[in-house]
Amino acid sequence: MNVLTCKTLSKKYGKTPALSGVSLNVESGHIVGLLGPNGSGKTTLIKLANGLLTPDDGTITVCGMLPGKGSHAQVSYLPERAVLPEWMSVTQILDYYADFYADFNRDAAQEMIHHLGIDLKQRIRQMSKGTREKVQLIMVMSRQAKLYLLDEPIGGVDPATRDYILNTIISNYNPEAAVVISTHLIADVEKILDDVIFLDRGCVVLESSVDEIRETRGVSVDALFREVFKC
Amino acid sequence: MKWSFANDLPIYTQLIDQIKVGIVTGAFPPGERLPSVRDLATEAGVNPNTMQRALSQLESEGLVYSQRTAGRFVTEDATRIGETKRDLAQRHVARFMEAMRSLAISREETLSLLEAEFGKETGTNECPDM
Repeated sequence: MNVLTCKTLSKKYGKTPALSGVSLNVESGHIVGLLGPNGSGKTTLIKLANGLLTPDDGTITVCGMLPGKGSHAQVSYLPERAVLPEWMSVTQILDYYADFYADFNRDAAQEMIHHLGIDLKQRIRQMSKGTREKVQLIMVMSRQAKLYLLDEPIGGVDPATRDYILNTIISNYNPEAAVVISTHLIADVEKILDDVIFLDRGCVVLESSVDEIRETRGVSVDALFREVFKC
Repeated sequence: MKWSFANDLPIYTQLIDQIKVGIVTGAFPPGERLPSVRDLATEAGVNPNTMQRALSQLESEGLVYSQRTAGRFVTEDATRIGETKRDLAQRHVARFMEAMRSLAISREETLSLLEAEFGKETGTNECPDM
């Protein structure tokens, strides 16, 4: 089943095109890498799927619905920038998510927080960047959503934290859900992806499975990316 | 188990090979239940679907079998495990031979190099004179 579908989707910021005629499908059960250099349209696509932007042309649907109240209930979104209010403690964040989302599994989230040795009374303000990212990801992955949209989940954190984050993704996503991860740190994510979508200046230039790329071209996705986007 | 992946090969084939090594070396003993797909995937740091694909392939090769509700188990067929060990060893030999050919080393030289290497190994295994 298709969880995310785009048909000739286009979006411009003023006169600058961000996405031009993007058509793609993301199937349930798959972890998909949305890959492209800076400014290729990754975040725009994710924001359109969340209804934070509206398309200029074409359509985008989530579980068959246009972005809106119905689709929001099915999508768990990790924004590019940290959005947890700094004054909140971990307990308050847990309350906040439990209030907002009916599909939030508080026990699972609390267990992961405990496992990391984070004190429930600690405030976001008192945490390092890496810890904030971990807490935010735990909240996002503790929802039983149909679609997880993770915008740069591993940007700006150390390699050990990256491994932790990627492990949290693969051990927590619901197998009937789809996960879309946007990133340019390809070597780190490639092993956990089923499929990749290469975006270049707002257009899809490649859609393939990771093992198909390795099998037919004999190179990693990271190496292919460097070849395709050579400056 | 230590998992590591090369860049130029599909991940699922590398998983198959590494699980095979685990089976022939006894890291996954005969008849033993394998961890769940998700646990194995998390341990190896790979996508669960890729792990599933590798296990299905191992199943069709007769190295593991599923029991409807209990999970997946390593085969108890010692002959099958022995064959797999031989296959893995033969692949190493083939790769070694290719490397020797590319260095234009003759059959005789190759053999003498191997013998010297075996000599070294026996040497280290012998007890020193007390």
